[in-house]
Amino acid sequence: MKNILLVLKREYMVRVKKKSFLIMTFLAPLLFVGFYATVIWVAVGSVESKTVQVLDQSGLFTGQFQNSKTINFQYLTMSLDSAKASLKATKSTALVYIPEDVMENPKTVKIYAPKNVSLELQSDIEKTIEKQIESIKLTEAGITRRVLEDSRINVDSQTISLSEEGEKSSSSGAATAIGGICAFLIYISVFVYGTQVMRGVTEEKTSRIVEVIISSVKPFQLMMGKIIGVALVGLTQFVLWILLTVALTSVAGAMLGDQLPKDPQQIEQQFNDLNKNMPASALKANSGPANPVSEVLSAVNSLNLPLIISCFLFYFLGGYLLYSALFGAVGAAVDNDADTQQFMLPITLPIIFSFVFAQFVLRDPDGSLAFWTSIIPFTSPIIMMVRIPFGVPGWQIALSMVLLVLGFMGTTWLAARIYRIGILMYGKKVSYKELAKWVFYRG
Amino acid sequence: MWGICVHYSHTPYCYRMNILETHNIVKEYANHRALDDVSISIPKGSIFGLLGPNGAGKTSLIRIINQITGPDSGHVLFDGKPLSERHIERIGYLPEERGLYKKMKVGDQLLYLAQLKGLSEKQAMEKLKSWFIKFDIKTWWDKNVSDLSKGMQQKVQFVSTVLHEPDLIILDEPFSGFDPINANLIRDEILELRQKGSTVIFSTHRMETVEELCDYIALIHRSKKVLDGPKNQIKEQFKTNTYYVEYMGILNGLAEQYAVSATREVEPGFHRSDIQLPEGVNSNQLLRDLINQVEVRAFGENIPTMNDVFVRAVNEIPEA
Repeated sequence: MKNILLVLKREYMVRVKKKSFLIMTFLAPLLFVGFYATVIWVAVGSVESKTVQVLDQSGLFTGQFQNSKTINFQYLTMSLDSAKASLKATKSTALVYIPEDVMENPKTVKIYAPKNVSLELQSDIEKTIEKQIESIKLTEAGITRRVLEDSRINVDSQTISLSEEGEKSSSSGAATAIGGICAFLIYISVFVYGTQVMRGVTEEKTSRIVEVIISSVKPFQLMMGKIIGVALVGLTQFVLWILLTVALTSVAGAMLGDQLPKDPQQIEQQFNDLNKNMPASALKANSGPANPVSEVLSAVNSLNLPLIISCFLFYFLGGYLLYSALFGAVGAAVDNDADTQQFMLPITLPIIFSFVFAQFVLRDPDGSLAFWTSIIPFTSPIIMMVRIPFGVPGWQIALSMVLLVLGFMGTTWLAARIYRIGILMYGKKVSYKELAKWVFYRG
Repeated sequence: MWGICVHYSHTPYCYRMNILETHNIVKEYANHRALDDVSISIPKGSIFGLLGPNGAGKTSLIRIINQITGPDSGHVLFDGKPLSERHIERIGYLPEERGLYKKMKVGDQLLYLAQLKGLSEKQAMEKLKSWFIKFDIKTWWDKNVSDLSKGMQQKVQFVSTVLHEPDLIILDEPFSGFDPINANLIRDEILELRQKGSTVIFSTHRMETVEELCDYIALIHRSKKVLDGPKNQIKEQFKTNTYYVEYMGILNGLAEQYAVSATREVEPGFHRSDIQLPEGVNSNQLLRDLINQVEVRAFGENIPTMNDVFVRAVNEIPEA
């Protein structure tokens, strides 16, 4: 035990002191927060206001283009040629030309611009024109826009989860998001840290220090020390990421403070503004009176967060232990990193499959595919995390956890058998048959 | 204390005086037998040469002593007791393939390796300091191993092998990679460690090292032990009753009675020959015969070198 701790301490310290660890740990949250800050900055503040000239020869669109915060529409009454000339002279962003026969030939609408106009602006203009033409045609047919809008009903259902604690407002949207994020994190970390274990083993093997080490500690202790040490590195990185992201977010928030709206009313307004700029969601934006931020918060709160977090930690550790032992065995079986490929496939396949299955499970979290893949140890770390936010019967979680523990005990045993022989084998291309033999060697 | 043992230790009855004994060790790998019934006894305080051609099974035996692998049958006694995990701290091992963590600081690395051998961090620190002063390598503490030359790395590795003052030190080709100055430094350290009571096992091909340092040897060939015992006794066994003579003049008619060989001129007017005595004739008789014919400048018995012993012992064993 003392030896495992010594090995663990070394593995941990060496990795934590590495420049790449420090860079990754401090840069990732910076990038993350920086990205969001930029998005908010662009969306909220610094958009230049543009002038768009409209030459409406049909006369149907007067007053239909509404000025927004960022776009200022100017109506012109002149010939097309002089409008084109004035476009250059006034340095406007674009000139919208609507010919007289636009009702008959809608395709004759043209947008002139010195530079390419953004898709957003283009579709905005098209939408406005389409809508107006639609209105006119509707009026001709005896239907007012009001009648039409009344006929469109926006259904935004609330899902209520029925559990022993009674009815609780839940949100399958939040469950999907949380489940997806957790599954993705486990998927990435199993790969990243599993590979680190494998690299560590091959490094010891190629530098030949392994013979000195295993004359002092048992191969199993060396392997476990490494696996647990790397796990702690992973946990350290997670914790630092979370802390730094929170810290940076509040710093960035303070700096952007004057740009950001203070009260919920304003936030809502802001969101609607944002949505208005995104044509696809333009209609939806008018839908509910609810504050979207508080809606998200209440949806997240409706989930069983303590259960999700503890399950995440369990499945992160379980999945990592299950796979990293196998990664370690691969590292021991080969002479250098380049040779690892041939043994990687059987390890990476179940991980990749579970990530692919996860997309289906998100759509049907209680189906039989979801059930079986969340019970089988090789896929359960990812799939069960997808299912848990949606609510999973206790016995299924328990069964899956027990099987996962048995699973990693099994892979660790198997890996240790291969490891103890592999680390002393040099200059030999190893086959699967050979590996199988190693498992049954004595001594 | 090992004085008593010097004379008797090659017999298997000197239990208490042997730091290590292997009894009938057999080790088999997939399709060959690496060790076949190998029994050796290593007297306390000796420098023991473990010899043998490449692939003879030396490394397999060393790995069993280090408990890296276990024997298929047979057993090992350490200081009279069955070899077990608690003996690990009393053994220091320098493998032939040297290796250190390349991207770890020299000081941290040595502290780590010493702690694996059971020293506390404080103990290790104290011992390390004195070694760093002794080898005059104080400036290396914060260097990465990869920044050191190969010879420097070897020095670091040697320190890591003996830092915990093991009772049994196993050195596999300890001088390879050292320049003559550092080789001498290491040799002196080995002798000093023996003086302090450690036993040293040498595994080497370099017979001049064996000649110079070893008290005992065992020769392993084709997985079997073919020879063991005190070095001088073994040399005695391999004597061929051959004498060398340096002389002025010409040997005449001596060949009828003796086997004369390797006659060559060593300097103008002086020749040197090897002369083997037939049975029942002693060296005085030969000397008398020589004096009658030539002027003798030097005369002595050809004691086989370890090199001779090695080559002959290996060649005398028929191919399996």
